[in-house]
Amino acid sequence: MFIVNGLASFGRYLELMGKVFSWPERWRMFFKQYVKEMAQLGVDSIGIVLLISFFIGAVICIQIKINIQSPWMPAFTTGYTTREIMVLEFSSSIMCLILSGKVGSNIASELGTMRVTQQIDALEIMGVNSASFLILPKIAGMMTTIPFLVIFSIAAGFIGAYATAIAGVITVDDLTLGLLHSFNQWFIWMSIIKSFIFAFIIASVSSFYGYTVEGGSFDVGKSSTDAVVSSSMLILFADIFLTPLLS
Amino acid sequence: MIEVRHLYKSFEDKDVLKDINAIFEEGITNLIIGQSGSGKTVLMKNIVGLFTPTSGEILYDNRDFVKMSKREKVMLRREMGMIFQSAALFDSMTVLENVMFPLDMFSDMNQSDRIKRAKFCLERVNLQGAEGKMPGEISGGMQKRVAIARAIALNPKYLFCDEPNSGLDPKTSLVIDELVHSITHEYKMTTIINTHDMNSVMGIGENIIFICEGDLEWQGNKDQIMTSTNERLNSFIFASDLFRKVKKVENEERK
Repeated sequence: MFIVNGLASFGRYLELMGKVFSWPERWRMFFKQYVKEMAQLGVDSIGIVLLISFFIGAVICIQIKINIQSPWMPAFTTGYTTREIMVLEFSSSIMCLILSGKVGSNIASELGTMRVTQQIDALEIMGVNSASFLILPKIAGMMTTIPFLVIFSIAAGFIGAYATAIAGVITVDDLTLGLLHSFNQWFIWMSIIKSFIFAFIIASVSSFYGYTVEGGSFDVGKSSTDAVVSSSMLILFADIFLTPLLS
Repeated sequence: MIEVRHLYKSFEDKDVLKDINAIFEEGITNLIIGQSGSGKTVLMKNIVGLFTPTSGEILYDNRDFVKMSKREKVMLRREMGMIFQSAALFDSMTVLENVMFPLDMFSDMNQSDRIKRAKFCLERVNLQGAEGKMPGEISGGMQKRVAIARAIALNPKYLFCDEPNSGLDPKTSLVIDELVHSITHEYKMTTIINTHDMNSVMGIGENIIFICEGDLEWQGNKDQIMTSTNERLNSFIFASDLFRKVKKVENEERK
């Protein structure tokens, strides 16, 4: 039963995506929506991304220094490990998991409310492809802003690590040495590519749950929760497959 | 003119509409009335294309909506305006942006002409001065008037109103009814109103269709409704004490 329901949902998701990826009726209106979504989904998330990344960068640095660094290890170990964790996993995967909570619930509740208050029906009656008009700018806006959020997250994590150095946990020279040690530029690209796919998952899955709501405010709340849970699970599964594929 | 021929609609095993045949004339207000759950909203949703009929024809000036291609349906929808029960205004847009929306999407007017047209529509519904407000900042009656302004922005040939007076006080309901009625006559639109507000029926019911348990039970106008002998219609219309008294007075006057 679970498998049948899952396949039915996946079929409806593909059907919706078929409607979403169509030529916009008015490019002027599409760009207006696109800019609005970039601001709402991406720019408005910068604060939380910077805040969390700063503290995680700092905490990773402290944890490595206290629990892993030993006299038998090179002095750059703490900085090196902090960089690898931030670049390889935290700023792409974990940050997208956090964003699936913030952005995913935002998208699902917005579209769900539009559905139950007949705003989507109003668009359909006017002859507007409501799926494309509402969802395509969200997917495009999210995928456009996510690389910047990843870069900001990495930078904020490093600043957090430097804050611990200033506080005396580690020397600035050792941290800088670690951050620069055996730096592989591809890891940054890998992080950005992964985040592109995660951004698509967050925007499209959350839109699916919001757009297909039936009922009232209780169902909008439920769809919002389902959107966050499903997009988080899919991000984790996708991460498992993408990591060996891109490494 | 909109014509419905032999329309059936079923949901799983339940027949909600059974062989509906009706003509909705141009330039007058056509009302669909009936109890809650009688099928009137389903009938309207079939007519506007939000539901697909199980069988039957829906003709918009002799163009069969059911048999149209997706593209043709989209083009026809641009000739429709609809006022929803909840007004269904876009809550992220101001009043002016809501009215401008259909113009932004489908007209080739330049920005200043679109603004001018939207302001004209707002003036037509007596809402000048509310352009910059958000839907959440205005009353239910004003929201309905914005919905009317948005519905007429593109000069539609067909206007649909799904319980436009729902949640409004009698005085505001009267204003909305008068507005829809005068706009219908002014622009020669084919207007269909779905209602169970008896004040609307008696005020603007130029062509009334009574739906009962999915059947078209009675068709006539507001004058004929008072003298109808249809039992089901009478039990619906005169369910309220007020209308029973009105009928009694009318009958006495006739005698």
